[in-house]
Amino acid sequence: MVKKIFFQLIFFNLFFFKEVFAAESEGMPQLNPEFWISQIFWLTITFGILYIVLSKLILPKISANLELRKSQIQENIEAAEKQRESSEAKLKEYDDIISKSKLEANNIFKEARENVLKEINAKKETLDKQIDEEIKKVEQEINLLRKGASEKINKIAIETTSELLVKLIGAEVNNSSISAIVDDLSKRNGDKYYGN
Amino acid sequence: MAANPMTQFEVYRIGPEIKVGAFDISFTNASLFMVVSSLAILIIFNLGSKKNSLLPNKIQLLAELSYTFVSKMISDTAGSKAKPYFSFIFSLFMFVLFCNMFGMIPYTFTVTSHIIVTFVLAAFIFIGVTIIGFIKHGIGYLKLFVPSGVPIVLLPLIVVIEIISYLSRPISLSVRLFANMMAGHTMMKVFGGFVISLGVVGGWLPLSFSVALTGLEILVAFLQAYVFAILTCIYLNDALNLHH
Repeated sequence: MVKKIFFQLIFFNLFFFKEVFAAESEGMPQLNPEFWISQIFWLTITFGILYIVLSKLILPKISANLELRKSQIQENIEAAEKQRESSEAKLKEYDDIISKSKLEANNIFKEARENVLKEINAKKETLDKQIDEEIKKVEQEINLLRKGASEKINKIAIETTSELLVKLIGAEVNNSSISAIVDDLSKRNGDKYYGN
Repeated sequence: MAANPMTQFEVYRIGPEIKVGAFDISFTNASLFMVVSSLAILIIFNLGSKKNSLLPNKIQLLAELSYTFVSKMISDTAGSKAKPYFSFIFSLFMFVLFCNMFGMIPYTFTVTSHIIVTFVLAAFIFIGVTIIGFIKHGIGYLKLFVPSGVPIVLLPLIVVIEIISYLSRPISLSVRLFANMMAGHTMMKVFGGFVISLGVVGGWLPLSFSVALTGLEILVAFLQAYVFAILTCIYLNDALNLHH
């Protein structure tokens, strides 16, 4: 209490001293203490209200707005990142499928080609065998025919010779001697007759 | 009114005289511009915080840029411990800035060109910072006056100098703002007076000076508000993070 009175006394002394000083000088209105108390009072009121309203109502809202925007942007970035990742995974999957199917198609193509080639080869072999067999048969027949033909010709030659001899000479000649001559002839000139 | 460049700083009563005991608390032109500045701040920032769109409109952008500007200023100078004092420093910066800026409009009154206003603000900051310092560090806050690494012989002198510099903080803080605002406005008034006295023939030179000075004064108005706020942050930093 005593302290308060003491301070008030000091303050008022200053107050009156300043008033005297200002009344004399007329220089700076700032040093005229006439409205000092009023200015202090109104400064306290206006600044106090400004501070209270700003700190209690407006600044928390701005801060919340900023935070909200930050988190929203962060969320959006995260969502975009996620979508990018998923699209990348999808792209990879797609690539995998494409390469797999390409491989499969290649395999199928190869298999089909091999199968066809195998079939072709098998058929070719069987056909070749058949052709060979037939050729052999035909050759055998030809050989048979050829052998038969020379013997028949020899027989014919012998018979005609004996009959010619009978008609020409009137005597019968031993068949065996004729056949020996025919054989000899055919051996010497066989090539000429058959064209072998 | 035009003759004396100091008449623009005169305070006069608007409306009736209000007295509480021995104190005259009448509503004056200074009070008017304090109210106008505060209202302008509240209206602008209220509009700027009303609705939150992902893409802010101009006024919202203004509010949010100011918020981040002051927030960054505080965290840069006083660190994260100063966060609880953000609202106060924001209000302080905006109040001084708006008072300075309203003073730039012709025929208005500049609240901050009065030593009593700036001194009350500075004294409040000084007392507040000192109390915060003692609450945070107890009697150890006095170590602020004893810088480390000083030779013992010099210590008494250094301590005295530190104490004087600490005690002169409110004075330097208030006088800086007050003197800047007063000098600028007086100079503009003087050049304006030259324009009138030199007339059509010679008035163009001071007129162009006056135009250039207006730009400079707007810069000073912003700069002094910034300096006022940042010095508050630095004092707060001393109180919160005792470095010595």
